[in-house]
Amino acid sequence: MQFTIEVNNRSIRAEKGETILSALNRNGIMIPTLCRMAEFTPTGACRMCVVEVEGRDRLVTACSAPVEEWMKIRTHSPRVIRARKTIVELLLANHPDDCLYCERNLDCELQRLADQLQVRERRIRGSKIKPRRDQSSPAIVRELSKCILCGRCIRVCEEVITATSIDFIGRGSTTHVGPAMDRDFNFSSCIHCGQCVLVCPTGALHEKHYLSEVQEQLSSDNAIRVIQYSPLVPWALAGELGVKYNRDFDRILNAVLRKIGFNKVFLSGTGTDILITELADEIIKRRKSGEKRNLIVSACPAWVKYCEQFFPELLPMLSTLKTPQQISGAIIKSTVTPDGDSHRIYTVSVTPCTAMKFEARRDSMTRKGISDIDTVLTVRELARLIVLYGIDVSNIGPEAADEPMALRSSASLMAETAGGIAEAVIRSLFMKEGNREADRLAVKKLRAAGSFREATVTEGGVTCSVAVVDGMKGFEKLKQMLDGGTLYDLIEVMACPGGCVNGGGMQPAGSREAVRQRARFVWQTNDQEAVRGPEQSASVAALYGKVFEECPELAGKTLFHTRFDRRDVLL
Amino acid sequence: MSKIEEVLSHYMEGHHESLIPILQDIQMTEGYLSEETIVRIGSFLRMSTTKIYGLATFYDRFRFYPCGRVHLRICHGTTCFINGSSAVVAAVREALGIEPGQTTRDGRFSYELTACMGGCNEGPMVMVDGEYRTHVRAEDIPEMITKLKAVADLK
Repeated sequence: MQFTIEVNNRSIRAEKGETILSALNRNGIMIPTLCRMAEFTPTGACRMCVVEVEGRDRLVTACSAPVEEWMKIRTHSPRVIRARKTIVELLLANHPDDCLYCERNLDCELQRLADQLQVRERRIRGSKIKPRRDQSSPAIVRELSKCILCGRCIRVCEEVITATSIDFIGRGSTTHVGPAMDRDFNFSSCIHCGQCVLVCPTGALHEKHYLSEVQEQLSSDNAIRVIQYSPLVPWALAGELGVKYNRDFDRILNAVLRKIGFNKVFLSGTGTDILITELADEIIKRRKSGEKRNLIVSACPAWVKYCEQFFPELLPMLSTLKTPQQISGAIIKSTVTPDGDSHRIYTVSVTPCTAMKFEARRDSMTRKGISDIDTVLTVRELARLIVLYGIDVSNIGPEAADEPMALRSSASLMAETAGGIAEAVIRSLFMKEGNREADRLAVKKLRAAGSFREATVTEGGVTCSVAVVDGMKGFEKLKQMLDGGTLYDLIEVMACPGGCVNGGGMQPAGSREAVRQRARFVWQTNDQEAVRGPEQSASVAALYGKVFEECPELAGKTLFHTRFDRRDVLL
Repeated sequence: MSKIEEVLSHYMEGHHESLIPILQDIQMTEGYLSEETIVRIGSFLRMSTTKIYGLATFYDRFRFYPCGRVHLRICHGTTCFINGSSAVVAAVREALGIEPGQTTRDGRFSYELTACMGGCNEGPMVMVDGEYRTHVRAEDIPEMITKLKAVADLK
């Protein structure tokens, strides 16, 4: 039902049951918000979105108050603006004044609000919050003095990721956000997915930076610098650098990275192709031996840690394969220097993920004390590196990546969306089992909305059933199915809703629709590319046909496997 | 059966609304909430320890370290404050060498600040092991602590 309300002396149409904010936004009136997150139930905690409603003494929070028929609203009256401005001034009262040195300078919601409301002097002085910087986690840094207690990270962690690793601790002026027992992050149940980083309005939560490490290596004479990047990185990087993406940019990036000083540029997508091949082979092997057991993809490091700490009983179902990044890392450290001085190789991996930073530091990802991947950068960090090295991406010619990992299939790009690995494995499986295209309609189910999806694909007498968990919210349903005794050929779990396209190292998407838009880009590209699966990729053929045979370390493919153990943390 | 299990046996598993009563019971029997206790309550109620710790730190009543054998509560309410409770706190801090909420190394003493204890005309008030002391002055503190040391040693 629609009705008319009066806003700033003009009539607008409002829908019964919606909030004041959504009615205003639909009619082109913008109101500042802070604690609000799209698609979450509003809390009305920050009071930034207050409006004046005639007949009510107090200001009303537009994000949480339902619109009513008789309402006469003033959205930018002097009283409202004064209230909003005071809120920002109060937030700034105990905020450290180090914007120039802050991670989020020029990209900070608090800064933007202060600017929009024209806070130009310090009217309210408070004692500053004692600086506390928690750098214990390999992926995420907490800077408590910059926290404005909006609670967005807490809600994401609890309601989206369901890890519930952080909460408000204490009360009043000593309130802060932290893990159980106020320990540091590395002891907590944090799975390093980085969703909290995406929603943090200030610089209180951000990924751990490794750029100085990279710079040091870039200026070293002795190091062989190798970089690999995930299939989604070129697209995300174009957005981060503010240039228009086209298909050439993938190859332009190779040239850019060489210009920065990397000796070799590889594609992590080849690693993904190997993962897909190995998973398809594993399913076929199990088919042949008649073994009926669930196989859960272990390509999402955040999910793996989640499993290790919350559901160690599921660990035997987990595929022992490493993630694409680590598979490529193992290949790099084994093949780039033929004479075996792999300690000279410095490997950097660029991903849309923060949990990969944690994964690269796992004990089982090292050989003789040398990590397969030395440094993991997020897309944001790579953008900074490119700017720092003064490279004009619009004025550079495309180059090919280096052999043996120079090509990727479109299947590996698919793996960046939730359900993509499952779809790619099915495709690969049917190609291997009699050179058939998988039934497109049945596979399409895996691209549907919803946090838990299933599909059973039958083609030429071969049936394959898969399940996809898109964001940890869907895990509950999977657990029910597993407890009920359902057997799947393959289960894919992605911790971030939407998959890597919404990873902690990407630009914040802001809404589910925006994440879906990114997935649509991936699907479109997938339709356009010629090399659809790992079977058609020349790089994969060369690796399996030649490189693995010739390298004693890789011949048994044991380097592509790892193990997962129960992890004791405060749950 | 440990004290914690004894407390938990009175409650239903997985009922989140029992959280505060359980915490109160354990605070009563144990004197503080240890890390192990919080983890156990978490698994009993199927709640995250983060949530439990976050909630417990909101309330002043819950402690996370064992109390001393003698526990002082110093009223920091408005009237006691006007009557000079700050000086009393400072004296206790100096005599014991610890901050509110902490316990001395020898385990004899701990103290905390509380809101109004309802003895506004008798302030400043100090509660020693559940017993009220009225009109406490800062200069009384050293002697009081010396006497209480003996009490603590008897416990």
